[in-house]
Amino acid sequence: MDHSQFTSQAWQRFSSSTHQPNRWDWMALPIIIGVLFLLAYGTSQMATPYQVGTPLDITLDPLYLPYYLLRTTLRMLMALGLSLLFSFMFAALAARYRLAEKIMVPALDILQSIPVLGFLTITVTGFIALFPGSLLGVECAAIFAIFTSQAWNMAFSMYQSMRTVPSDLREAARIFHLSSWQRFWRLELPFAMPALLWNMMMSMSGGWFFVVACETITVSNHNIQLPGIGSYIAYAINQENYGAMGWAIVAMLLGIFCYDQLLFRPLIAWANKFKYEQTGNEGGQESWFLTLLRRTNAVQGVTQQLLRYFEYGLLLFKKNHDGTSILARPRPINPLIERISDAIIAALMMFACWKIGEFIHNSVGWSEVFRVFWFGILTLIRVVVMIALASLVWVPIGVWIGLNPKWAERLQPVAQFLAAFPANFMFPLVVIVLVKFHLNPDIWLTPLMVFGTQWYILFNVIAGASIIPTELRYAADNFGLSGWLRWKRFLLPAIFPSFVTGAITASGGSWNASIVSEYVTWGSNTLTATGLGSYIAQVTATGDFPRVALGISVMCFFVMACNRFVWRKLYRIAEEKMSF
Amino acid sequence: MTQPIIHLSGVSKNFRTADGSERVVLEGVDFILQEGEIVALLGKSGSGKSTLLRIMAGLLPADNGQVLYRGQQLFAPARGIAMVFQTFALFPWLTVQQNVELGLEAQGIPKDIRAKQAEDAIEMIGLAGFEGALPRELSGGMKQRVGIARALVMQPDVLLMDEAFSALDVLTAETLRNDMLELWEGRKTPMKGILIVSHNIEEAVMMADRILIFSSDPGRVRAEIKVSLPRERSQDSPEVRALIDEVYTLMTASPTHLDSTGKVAAQHHAYRLPEAEISQMEGLLEMLADEPFNGRADLPKLAEEAGLSDEDLFPVYEALRLIGLVHIEHGDIHLTSLGLRYSQAEQGFRKHLFGQQLLQNVPLAARIRHSLEMEKSGEIRKEPFLNLLEEFLTAEEAKQMLEVAVEWGRYGEMYEYNYHTGMLKLPDSE
Repeated sequence: MDHSQFTSQAWQRFSSSTHQPNRWDWMALPIIIGVLFLLAYGTSQMATPYQVGTPLDITLDPLYLPYYLLRTTLRMLMALGLSLLFSFMFAALAARYRLAEKIMVPALDILQSIPVLGFLTITVTGFIALFPGSLLGVECAAIFAIFTSQAWNMAFSMYQSMRTVPSDLREAARIFHLSSWQRFWRLELPFAMPALLWNMMMSMSGGWFFVVACETITVSNHNIQLPGIGSYIAYAINQENYGAMGWAIVAMLLGIFCYDQLLFRPLIAWANKFKYEQTGNEGGQESWFLTLLRRTNAVQGVTQQLLRYFEYGLLLFKKNHDGTSILARPRPINPLIERISDAIIAALMMFACWKIGEFIHNSVGWSEVFRVFWFGILTLIRVVVMIALASLVWVPIGVWIGLNPKWAERLQPVAQFLAAFPANFMFPLVVIVLVKFHLNPDIWLTPLMVFGTQWYILFNVIAGASIIPTELRYAADNFGLSGWLRWKRFLLPAIFPSFVTGAITASGGSWNASIVSEYVTWGSNTLTATGLGSYIAQVTATGDFPRVALGISVMCFFVMACNRFVWRKLYRIAEEKMSF
Repeated sequence: MTQPIIHLSGVSKNFRTADGSERVVLEGVDFILQEGEIVALLGKSGSGKSTLLRIMAGLLPADNGQVLYRGQQLFAPARGIAMVFQTFALFPWLTVQQNVELGLEAQGIPKDIRAKQAEDAIEMIGLAGFEGALPRELSGGMKQRVGIARALVMQPDVLLMDEAFSALDVLTAETLRNDMLELWEGRKTPMKGILIVSHNIEEAVMMADRILIFSSDPGRVRAEIKVSLPRERSQDSPEVRALIDEVYTLMTASPTHLDSTGKVAAQHHAYRLPEAEISQMEGLLEMLADEPFNGRADLPKLAEEAGLSDEDLFPVYEALRLIGLVHIEHGDIHLTSLGLRYSQAEQGFRKHLFGQQLLQNVPLAARIRHSLEMEKSGEIRKEPFLNLLEEFLTAEEAKQMLEVAVEWGRYGEMYEYNYHTGMLKLPDSE
């Protein structure tokens, strides 16, 4: 009753309103309708009939590239949507229930360190069984794999934000009787929005990087190549086709560009209002598309209508008892239940460890474990050396750019763009060079690891250097600090916190990238660097499940150990001693 | 007599410190808010008055005792109780209109109705024309107007104001205060009572029908003053001045810190050092020694001259008295003979005097110095001292208190502290 009344009223208002299309509408409409049509068409292509074993044709004709690009873009969009949904649910549960927090946060820590390809190998058969006789199963597996490259850091950022909602706002929400549903949409989500968006962009970059691997799936020795730009690239590499590679690069750039202009830039410009602190006008991103949309009349009318439904949705779940009702009485926490649940968790963990140990012992043997650990150390050395080298190169450049605001403004988007650009394109080039000059792949494949991830260091340092307080710079100039002393006493400490943030992301990404970069193919040439990444890549190719599990567990172990013993410590130092 | 709006009896609240021991924040507080009165709760920062306000708001549960709102036990925020925050607590992503509508929206009131009500509240509080603005576009005073409108639109029975004017400049605060009083006197809202938590004595005297003075460690009501002056009150009327003096006297006398032997309880290291900076102490002392005070001043006058709020000044008074440089009674402050010598001395001797007095009067400083002297290296980590303090204080408070002790000790050249290593040590020159 209430509802129908509301809708009829709203529609009346809408139809009789002044939302007549204006000239901005006529400009925005083609874009919107075009995007909607493409999305609809792409989606309709996803559920075509398919039997495992039938080869899917990929043609290297560049005319097909727009179609492939559409399919890939769609997959990534869906994965992003799923990641967003996952982040909401994860954060809402983990920030609200202590028991959930105890299990979910460490679980996320582990999931985060599992390489993306690991998920693909493990889940693909299940997905195919879910949709027999249709390509949808494989499609789901690919989307899921992309999802795993995007979801974790988004969920984590959301959870962190929800825990750091300022206490006065939290109190205001309670005083004004917001239910937890209303609190989520009115307080927690808006507060988390800027960080979440930033992580979405980083996730998207990661997604492009792994899309090549995610679209070509091996199931029981059949190679399934989903129509998409990733498969196109894989096939081009297989055929040693330079021209096709070139076209693929152009297409990918176009895809990244569209995402940037039509999705992220408008979102970031829009999310500016959610920034809690108002420090200057940094990050005052502009977006032509958002401005265009804001000037439209009819499109605005539709959004306003949607917004009205959203607000109506807020009214549905309200607090239904007052603070004086017995129902508002907080239930005391039962320490016994808490202790029992702790004990159950601990027991399950121990059982799992024992099972894993038993499994490893039975299926691969302990000597294999030591061998894989040795590989892990090799890869660790590579990561450390590469991060150090990348820092040596990019820190001075980043500082220089950051201190020149004009350049910073121009170059920061470029750096973000470069981070999104999949480094895998460079790989074939490197293979050709290595083969030609007979270089040692153990050493010369290493730089590939940081190809995609070094940009995080660069743009974090730029951001860090550009927020150095001006008085501090004047003081440094005034004291005549110069040369090494200037770096040691002023610049390095000033950018340290942002450097650490960038380096954490870069090193995490490098571990993940090692699977792709230690085992590189170009047509019939395959180069391998001894290490954990190539180990996982090889055993995945042969479908040796126990060894895949072993490799992934060991990588997990290394990444988590690095985080816990190195990065977290550095982060704490940065927070305590080197923040302004 | 009618039923009180809010009735607290025997309310206590403990906070758990870092090492698991408990610190008493409130102890056996009784409080009644009757219909038709404005009550001010005055106290130094950290005296638990904000905690008490949050208990009345239903934001915090009391550990002991009873909290009744209109005769009903209060478990969580109740509909009739609205609150205005020191930090405004506006949602920065919502417009003024949306912020004001927030509580109505939460109650499920349809859009058209709540828009109307919000507009009325916005109009009443003098924000008309700003409906579409985001909070970041507004000045502090305007922000707090939004905060007040957001509370009033709920048609509250009682309004709780947590230091609502202390983040504003003096002029703005006064305007807003007068507007509030006008609303109250004009009975333009169904509001039956207002509770103000403040550290500003003048504010309390100007607004309240009743002033409760809070003592700290543990927080309890130390004194109650009825203000029967008619509103509007003039700041310069002799009655108001006399009242302000009286409240000053009550607030600066600290009987709770005197134990049975009459010695200041600072002998115990659980005594919380006032967070006063050396430069402030020096400045105030010099001002007191100079014309026109010549060593003796009326506290409100001194505050006016210093241009600082009571919140800032109380720790400084307390620190100076603790060190033995001033004496305070009946709302007056005067230099002790030592204070006189100090104010006439030059820098080096001042430091020496300060150091000596520090060791004598501040046990924490004496303990640090003594422990350092016992060490061959003359160095000790800060952690043992922090651990000692954390037996009585929260980790945060312990840290702050050690910081104060470090600053004072550095000035008196009794010990030094290295921020990077976290080591306390004796000065090198000795």
